Amino acid sequence: MRNPQRTEKIAFFFLFLATLVIALPVGLVVIIIISKGLPAINWQFLSDIPRQGMRSGGIFPAIMGTVYLVTGAIIFALPIGLLAAVYLSEYAKDNLLTRVIKLAIVNLAGVPSVVYGLFGLALFVVFFKFGASILSGSLTLGIMILPIIITASREALESVPYSFREVSYSLGASKWQTIRHIVLPNAIPGILTGTILGLGRAAGETAPILFTVAAFYLPQLPKSIFDQAMALPYHLYVISTQVPNVDEKIRYATALVLLVLVLCMNLVAILIRYQFRKRKKW
Amino acid sequence: MDEVVKMKAENVNFFYGKTQALKDISLDIHAHSVTAIIGPSGCGKSTFIRLLNRMNDLIPHTQLIGRVYLDCQDVFSHAADPVELRRRVGMVFQKPNPFPKSIFENIAYGLHVNNIKDKDFVETRVIESLKKAALWEEVRHRLHESALKLSGGQQQRLCIARCLAVSPEVILFDEPCASLDPISTAKIEELILELKKEYTIVIVTHNMQQAARVADYTAFFLLGELIEFNKTQELFTAPKDKKTEAYITGRFG
Ligand SMILES: Nc1ncnc2c1ncn2[C@@H]1O[C@H](COP(=O)(O)OP(=O)(O)O)[C@@H](O)[C@H]1O
Ligand SMILES: [Mg+2]
Repeated sequence: MRNPQRTEKIAFFFLFLATLVIALPVGLVVIIIISKGLPAINWQFLSDIPRQGMRSGGIFPAIMGTVYLVTGAIIFALPIGLLAAVYLSEYAKDNLLTRVIKLAIVNLAGVPSVVYGLFGLALFVVFFKFGASILSGSLTLGIMILPIIITASREALESVPYSFREVSYSLGASKWQTIRHIVLPNAIPGILTGTILGLGRAAGETAPILFTVAAFYLPQLPKSIFDQAMALPYHLYVISTQVPNVDEKIRYATALVLLVLVLCMNLVAILIRYQFRKRKKW
Repeated sequence: MDEVVKMKAENVNFFYGKTQALKDISLDIHAHSVTAIIGPSGCGKSTFIRLLNRMNDLIPHTQLIGRVYLDCQDVFSHAADPVELRRRVGMVFQKPNPFPKSIFENIAYGLHVNNIKDKDFVETRVIESLKKAALWEEVRHRLHESALKLSGGQQQRLCIARCLAVSPEVILFDEPCASLDPISTAKIEELILELKKEYTIVIVTHNMQQAARVADYTAFFLLGELIEFNKTQELFTAPKDKKTEAYITGRFG
């Protein structure tokens, strides 16, 4: 005989197990990084330049480099991505060309990051002669996260109820007024979610910055956007594989800083999103 | 009752793609009166009133043959501007649909998009509109709270106030009481009777008692055709068409 309560328990067990299988590795990664990296973190590590062939000293230039690169990527990708998303979901006619463009954007999100790196090298470093610089790196990272931002923004725009637009038009608003005052404000939480995803990706990738900006060792801060810079993911790669005899603690501490940096940037976006969610509910 | 014709539909045919939703409809809407449109679901009532303020323009792949006039001007002519038309012909929808903004912002929105920025004027107009919509007393102390905290009936009156704020000449109601309880419905009906002194009103309803209570004129639609149009009292007491009679006596629909 079937016992609904037992079925319920079995279902619960498997659902819980699946969640655990996902959560466990993430939790372990965090725990290992914290336990191995935390002892090496102190003020000097955060504020000093790397010393003794990167075996001691700090990682300040790499932290700043990553902050610059991510900021640059967002400054470039958010406005363009948002405008493209507004065009695609509000203005573009539903024809073959539009559908091809939408499909292309979705597929671009799956292109391996090293391909973006080579693209950035060819276009920004060589063709536009920006050289290996923060500008080239930011633009490359920006292009890499564009599809993420466009896709998330489109979903956010399209989830704004049709009835809001309808009322707005019925009150004598133009299309642009409706988008500006009704659709966009209600889509901001979703757009920020896309930005958060893009931000994390831009901060963590090594391949796109490898040929476009990253310096192996540069013990000072960049002075302009045409300078090269160190960056955390690449620095981590370097001290893990290219430099012998680096203390394990330093490697894990660098990973921990990268992790915390991304979390902090996400936190800002999450707080902004929370502010908007609190006000808007339908 | 005024006999001036405010809006006029002339041989209107309307298509969604290849399906014809309205068939050769001609109808006069008299100024300062309430015109009810009744008929079973899917007979084209909403399609018809959404032509009057060109809301159907927003739906792709539609086609209109025929003419619609507002004060003797063709609203679909090339010179006519739909945005301008919608300022003169307002609309209240079936489901109360306040914006997720404050009560005040909801009502001021129509003024805002029409470039009326003068603060005192906006405030006066908001209060005036709330009073006309019989909502002022209930919300006067919470103008800056979210409109979504109001009850369904209050939300619908807010939507009416929002529509009044842009000073339309004609107001279209598309089943405004469909989602409301009887008490809220009674309030809205009372309001409509009050509003017709100043505005011309068209109301879609599939509640015949409601049409009988509020309307001066009633049009009966069936499968996209206008079966009968007359003064409400005559249409209900002495229907000329067999189908009208069958509908109002509840034999179908
Ligand atoms: N956006 C639309 N696209 C295609 N067909 C529609 C659309 N809106 C309404 N229709 C069709 O037009 C007919 C009339 O609909 P409608 O005007 O909404 O009727 P009512 O308001 O009287 O219930 C129906 O057959 C409906 O299926
Ligand atoms: Mg309808």
